[in-house]
Amino acid sequence: MSETQTGDQKGTQGAVTGAEDVSGRQASLWADAWRELRHNKLFIISATLILFLIVMAAFPQLFTTQSPRDCQLERSLQGPSADHWFGIDILGCDYYTRVIYGARVSMIIGLSVTAFAVLIALVLGSSAGYYGGLTDTLISRAVDIIFGLPTVLGAIVILSVVSNRNLFWVTLVLVVLGWPTMTRLVRSSVLSVRDSDYVNAARALGAGDLRVITRHVLPNAIAPVVVYATIYVGLIIAAEATLSFLGIGLQLPAISWGLMISQAQTRVLSEPLLLLFPGLFLSVTVLSFILMGDALRDALDPKLR
Amino acid sequence: MGRYVARRLLQAIPVFFGTTFMIFALVFALPGDPIRALSGDKPISPAVYAELQDRYNLNDPLLVQYGKYMGGLVQLDFGQDFRGREVSEIMSERFPVTIKLALVAFGFEILIGILAGVLAALRRGSYIDNLVLLTTTMVVSIPVFVLGFTAQVVLGVKLGLFPIAGLSQGWYSYLLPGLVLGALSLAYVARLTRTSLVENLRADYVRTATAKGLSRKRVVGRHALRNSLIPVITYLGVDLGALMGGAIVTEGIFNIPGVGQQVFQSIRSQEGPVVVGIVTALVLVFIVANLIVDLLYAVLDPRIRYE
Amino acid sequence: MTAAEPEILTSARPELAAGEHLLEVDDLAVEFRTRDGVVHAVDGVSYTLDPGETLAILGESGSGKSVSAQAIMGILDMPPAFVTRGSVRYRGQDLLTMPEERRRKIRGASISMIFQDALSALNPVFPVGWQIAEMFRVHRGDSKAQARAHAIELMDRVQIPLARERVWDYPHQFSGGMRQRVMIAMALALDPDVLIADEPTTALDVTVQAQIMELLAHLQAETGMGLILITHDLGVVAQVADRVAVMYAGRIVETAPINDLYKNPAHPYTEGLIASIPRLEQKGNELTPIKGSPPNLMRVPSGCSFHPRCPYVRDNCRTDEPPLYEVHVDRRSACHYYEEVLNG
Repeated sequence: MSETQTGDQKGTQGAVTGAEDVSGRQASLWADAWRELRHNKLFIISATLILFLIVMAAFPQLFTTQSPRDCQLERSLQGPSADHWFGIDILGCDYYTRVIYGARVSMIIGLSVTAFAVLIALVLGSSAGYYGGLTDTLISRAVDIIFGLPTVLGAIVILSVVSNRNLFWVTLVLVVLGWPTMTRLVRSSVLSVRDSDYVNAARALGAGDLRVITRHVLPNAIAPVVVYATIYVGLIIAAEATLSFLGIGLQLPAISWGLMISQAQTRVLSEPLLLLFPGLFLSVTVLSFILMGDALRDALDPKLR
Repeated sequence: MGRYVARRLLQAIPVFFGTTFMIFALVFALPGDPIRALSGDKPISPAVYAELQDRYNLNDPLLVQYGKYMGGLVQLDFGQDFRGREVSEIMSERFPVTIKLALVAFGFEILIGILAGVLAALRRGSYIDNLVLLTTTMVVSIPVFVLGFTAQVVLGVKLGLFPIAGLSQGWYSYLLPGLVLGALSLAYVARLTRTSLVENLRADYVRTATAKGLSRKRVVGRHALRNSLIPVITYLGVDLGALMGGAIVTEGIFNIPGVGQQVFQSIRSQEGPVVVGIVTALVLVFIVANLIVDLLYAVLDPRIRYE
Repeated sequence: MTAAEPEILTSARPELAAGEHLLEVDDLAVEFRTRDGVVHAVDGVSYTLDPGETLAILGESGSGKSVSAQAIMGILDMPPAFVTRGSVRYRGQDLLTMPEERRRKIRGASISMIFQDALSALNPVFPVGWQIAEMFRVHRGDSKAQARAHAIELMDRVQIPLARERVWDYPHQFSGGMRQRVMIAMALALDPDVLIADEPTTALDVTVQAQIMELLAHLQAETGMGLILITHDLGVVAQVADRVAVMYAGRIVETAPINDLYKNPAHPYTEGLIASIPRLEQKGNELTPIKGSPPNLMRVPSGCSFHPRCPYVRDNCRTDEPPLYEVHVDRRSACHYYEEVLNG
């Protein structure tokens, strides 16, 4: 603990120059993390997978020449063949093509819900954490209230009364239900950083609140948020699939892995491949985001060093 | 301790009102016709329509509507289905089944999850640790409905170990669906226990306990574990919400006649009021459960009592 | 609740054989094998302790003083720690080669240890009385009520007011000084022969420091136990120690009775430490720290590990590791040129 004592003394001395030092300090955390990540097998695998999935979502034509809506009932439920790698589904569509196109919806929802939730969380969470007081109370109460609604249940209730359950609404509902978790995380992260010496130093040097928050507090508080946001993409993708499976999310003719599995459920025993392929893609997608999040956590968490 | 309890109860009040108001507003106060929305594409006769309007007080001003809605809730009136059956009656029939299923899931979570987490933490970096980490990561990645179907096909049909639907075999019928339901949470619990225990094993008080000449068993089992399980138990409260969502899927897939299956079916048959009614009830259960867990937290961690 | 107090104080302590020390550490070496290299935390340390004696082990952070104490107690995590050579004899028996079950019985009961930060060193979820009583329940098999009664007595003995009520309180409900007393009570519960105090006052206010040191001195006089005091604070050492062993980079560089050490150090490092204490007379002048910084224990300098910072350095200092030369009958110094230091 004698280390901490001298450390504190050094801290206050260093704090005066600390304001400039911060960008150096936090740059080195990311630089260290990047160096470690480059060699982390799990990171490389998951990053490759994610990149692959993004390409698949954006340019499905690269993977399949057929159209997902080219469905001919006569050829319904044929098994896999050279022309149809995953076989044909109930409605006579090429299953492989549909599975490929299914990535689009998952990626769009996963990434956009996370992006919006993080954005809202950054604003509200840092305000609550930094200013405290009434701001914090109001925001925290709002967070508590929405927390009282488990995600799936809340989504079910809201979507029950939405007549047109399209991409927009599902995204909106998940954002509305998702920002509290992110906000709590940002808030606690900001709280832990707020009273650091370098923040106090920056304020003593006359930096305005916005500058302090954006230049000093957030960069150091953001690591756990990055980790969780990555995992969150995976969780949202799973949530959308679950909702679509239940019938309360996306509806036909949208192409979603959850929907495909829902359609396949009566034939799980007779044609298990109908479940297997979208299920596999779905799981691998979620897995890659979770693995990436884990890899990021290992790299960014100084305690594990 | 009293102050903490009082504060926590006070915190629960805005949550209770806020959440119920949110549900109420979302269902009944949005622009558009709530009855149309609740019934989806189903045709409703004008008589039923008028009755529903009356039932849900849709002709009253909004605040009065909310007041009557809350009044109904307090009396455990969660609405009716389109045939006039009380949702609360449907629920009272089905809840015991769901509770049993949830208990089985919790049982798996706690027994296997904590055990796996403890083993992994004690043998950090070993084969068992890596196995636990690997399996939990995979389980967390597989959405519950995919897991459910897979389990049904592999363990139920192919290996014939478990019944794949219904409650024909009594308690045994609950095992597979319970495992599926609890799987995700089990994975989280295992990881959380592992992380928590690893952290605590590094703590100063563990060093002191060892220096006191206590056996390793006692140091880990009494001192470290007691601290490590605090975050795990608090997680179990939050987990209940996830279990409820999962129950809808699991009961649907395995055809278990519980509350979740009712929601599952009602979504498909577009019986909005039933869905909303049951979900509201579940949300209330969730709020109460969280409250209990928070209070339990104070019992477990004495530092909290004096905040 | 009974007249059990005398029991704690005067449980029969077996006499030591002639020439036998209570505790004898001989050429102890501990290394940590990490991903980035091997850390030589303790590199050949020897000292002895007799009943009623207070030995202060003085050194900066990273000097290996805590690690050597933890090696005595047997509480190091092995791996990554490895005891690579040496012996630790308690009443003639080598603790390092003893079977773990026997060693565990000695731990806490005959040799006990108190730590620096009582808040993190005490278990936050159990009442202090329970934690003190645990010593009696586990080592002596006492019943809960008996153990609790002993705990209250001990809390009285370390001067915690209202012991009977406070036995149910949790660590965070005590002040720093009181918490340290709880730790002392826990360590003294079974009347140990040796108490190792690892920086017991570093985390406390100055006034409380003095109280705790006084308490330790008082308890030692009462029980006749040996006390090893590990610290980096010269002031604390001055109050209580009989003898001092100065550690640097994992080795002992000087041992001496306390007064001799202060009046006339025989090692450049000790000289530098004493000179660096700010004194009132120095007001207006610059402070005189030891130049340079402590070495990286993965790459200890060759020869004398202090040579990069030493004002007396000569050529052979860089190549020949100095043994502990005998300066006087009870003084040792690991410096080739100790006579210069003594006279300089």
